[in-house]
Amino acid sequence: MNTASTRPMVDAAASRPPGAGIRALAARLRLPSQPLVRHLILFVLGAAFFYVLTVNVGAFNDYQIGEIAVYAIVLGGLSLLTGLNGQFSLGQGAFMIIGAYTLALLQLHAHVGLVGELVLATLIAAAAGVVVGVPAARLSAPYLAGVTLMLALGLPQLSAQYGSVFGGEQGLTTTPPVAPGSLSSELWLTWIQLLCALVVLVLLANLVRSRFGRAFRAVRDDEIAAAVSGIHVARTKVLAFAVSAGCAGLGGALLVLSTGVVNSGEFPLSLSIALLAAMVLGGAGSLVGIWWGAVALVYMSTWSTSLSQHLSLGTSAAAYLSDAFFGAVLVVAMLVAPTGIQGGLGWIGRRLWHVVAGSPLPPSPGARVATAGAVPGAQATDSVDHASPPPDATPRPGPEAEELEAKDLETKERSRQ
Amino acid sequence: MELFVNILLSGVAQGMVFAAVALGLVLISRATGVINFAQGALGMFTTFIAFSLLSSGVGYWAAFVAALAIGFASGAVIERTLIRPLQGKPALNPVIVTIGLLVVLEGVAGSIWGNVARGFPAAFSQKGLVIGTTRVAFSHFDVFIVCAVVVLVLAIVALFQWTDLGLRMRAAAFAPEVSRLLGVRVGRLFTLGWALACAAGSLAGLLVAPLSAFSPYYMDLNLVYGFTAAVLGGLVSPVGALVGGLVTGLAIAFVGGYIGPDLQPIAALALLLLVLMVRPQGLFGTTEVRRV
Repeated sequence: MNTASTRPMVDAAASRPPGAGIRALAARLRLPSQPLVRHLILFVLGAAFFYVLTVNVGAFNDYQIGEIAVYAIVLGGLSLLTGLNGQFSLGQGAFMIIGAYTLALLQLHAHVGLVGELVLATLIAAAAGVVVGVPAARLSAPYLAGVTLMLALGLPQLSAQYGSVFGGEQGLTTTPPVAPGSLSSELWLTWIQLLCALVVLVLLANLVRSRFGRAFRAVRDDEIAAAVSGIHVARTKVLAFAVSAGCAGLGGALLVLSTGVVNSGEFPLSLSIALLAAMVLGGAGSLVGIWWGAVALVYMSTWSTSLSQHLSLGTSAAAYLSDAFFGAVLVVAMLVAPTGIQGGLGWIGRRLWHVVAGSPLPPSPGARVATAGAVPGAQATDSVDHASPPPDATPRPGPEAEELEAKDLETKERSRQ
Repeated sequence: MELFVNILLSGVAQGMVFAAVALGLVLISRATGVINFAQGALGMFTTFIAFSLLSSGVGYWAAFVAALAIGFASGAVIERTLIRPLQGKPALNPVIVTIGLLVVLEGVAGSIWGNVARGFPAAFSQKGLVIGTTRVAFSHFDVFIVCAVVVLVLAIVALFQWTDLGLRMRAAAFAPEVSRLLGVRVGRLFTLGWALACAAGSLAGLLVAPLSAFSPYYMDLNLVYGFTAAVLGGLVSPVGALVGGLVTGLAIAFVGGYIGPDLQPIAALALLLLVLMVRPQGLFGTTEVRRV
C-alpha cells in the first residue's frame, strides 16, 4: 500500500510556485492508480530487487533473507487483522504451528508436491482461524488478547499430548524442496519463500483496496455504523481472522522448510508477542512497514547474540535480550510512537517533500497514516501531533476548523473510492 | 475414589493460586478497565528476588515480606510511569503495554537468573497430610496456600466494604469524574489499586513457586488460568475471583488427572470460551447496557 501515491494532488495546475517542476516530475514518476497494475509493478520491482540481492550475497544471508520473507507473510496477515480490522491476536505463533505441522505431516504421509503442501497448510490454518475467529468476533479487544494468548500457550502442548502423531518433544522432520539444475538448494528455497511473500503481499494489497478491505476498515472504525450500512460485522471479522491465520500458516510451513524440523519449542509465546511487536514497529496496517518488522525479527537475534558477547553475558542471554527488546518495543511504541517506523518515515518524507517542492503540505497524510497505521484506534493523529508540531508552514486555523478539514478530506477520500 | 479425592484436593490448592492471580486482575480491571497481562510475570520477578535473598542467607519470611513489598511498590511505579500516560487513549493501548512488560520482565529475569528449572523452598512441609490411615495429596503448605488466599480475599472485601478508603476506591472506579469533583484523589487510588494487585500477583508467585518448575516462564500458565478465573468470576468482585479460581482449579485438576496435563491449557481455553459465549458477564457480573 503506497500511501504517497494515492494522495490527491493539491493545486497542481492552479499556480506555478517555485517547486512546480519537481512536482511535475514527481507526478510523472507516480505509479498508476489502478490497484492491480500498481501492485503488479511493485511485485516485479520487488522480484528484481530480491533476485539481484540473493544472487550477490552468500548462502547464510540468503537463509536470512528467506526468513525475512517468511516473517513478512506472517506480519502481513497480522497487520491486516490489527491495522485494518482493529482485531488483535497474540496467537499468530499458534497458527504458524498449525501450518508447520500440516506441512510436515503431508510430507510424511501424503505426496501432494510442494505447492499442494503450502496451499493445504494455508487453508488448514485459515480454517483454524475461522474456528477461533467465530467466538473471537464477539469479544472485545482485551478478552481477545487473553483468548489468543491462551491459544499461543496451549496449542504447542498438544504436540506433547498426541506424541504418536506429532512426534512429541523431538517433533517431525521436513525435507526442503529439491533445486532444479545446478542451483543450490538454499538459494532455491529462498526464492520460493520470496515468491510466496511477494504473491501474498500483492493479494493482500488487492484485498485491502477491495470491497472486503473497505468492510474491514468500516468495522474497525465503528461496528454499529458498519452494521447499519449493511456490512455483516461478524462475518467480516471472521474473514479477517481467517486471512491472517492463513498467512501465519503459510509462514509457519515455509519457515520449517528451512529449519528442517518442526517442534513446539520453535514457536513459544515470546514469538507471538515478538510478531505483534514487529508489526507495531513497522506500523500496523502498512504492508510496506512489515518489511521493517520482518528485518528486525530476523536480525535482532543476531544483534543480541553479539551484544550479549560484548557485555560478556552467558550464551543463553541472547534469546532473552531479543525477547526483552521486542517487549520494550511494544511499551515504547504505545507510549510515544503508535505509527511505527513506516509512519515516522512517511512523516519525514512529507517534510522533505515540503522542503523540496515548496508547496503547502496536502493536509491528509497525518489523518491517513493515523487511520491506516495505528493499532486499533490508537489515535495516532493525537500522539503524532503531540510528538511533533504539524509540519505545515501556513498558520493553522483553530482546532475545529482543522477537524472539519480532516473530515472533509475523509469524505472526499471515501467518495473517491 | 482415592484418585478422585486427591485430584479434588490438589484442584483446591491450585485454584487458590489462580484466585490470587485473578484477584490482582480484578482489582486493576474494575478500577481502570485494563487487563494486566504482566501480573504473572511481575509475580515471577519478585519471587526471583525472594529467591536471591534466600540464597544470600535471608530468612524465609523476611524474603516473603520483601517480595510482597517490592510487588506493591512496582505496581505503583508501573501505574505511574506506564499506564497513567495512556489515560484517555483507547483501552487496548495499556493492555499492549502490559503484554510488552510481560516479555520484558521474562527476558530480564532470564538474562539475570537463567532459564534453569530450580526448586523454590516452601514455608511448610509439602508431604501430604495423613487422614485416618491414608495419605492424601494435601500438605501443610497447601493448607497455608488456602489460608493465605482466603485471608487476602477477605481483607480486600473488608477494605472495600467497611473502610473509608475502600469506599473511595469503589467510588473512584464507579464514577471517576464525580468522585474527583467530590474531592477524592482518584489518581492516587488507581495507583493504590495497581499496587495492591501487583502485591497479590507476588503472593501468587511465592505460593505457586514450590509447586512448579521455577523458571522465568513458570507464571505464564498460571496467568492464563488466573485470567480464566477472573473472567469466570465476572472481573468485578474479589469473591467472584475466589470462586472463579476454585472452579478453574478444579476443572484444570480433573482434566490433568483424567485426560492428561498437556491438555490443561486448551481445556482452560475451552472453559473460557464457553463462559464468554454463554454468560459473558461471568458468574458474578452484571450485564452492562451498551448504547450507541
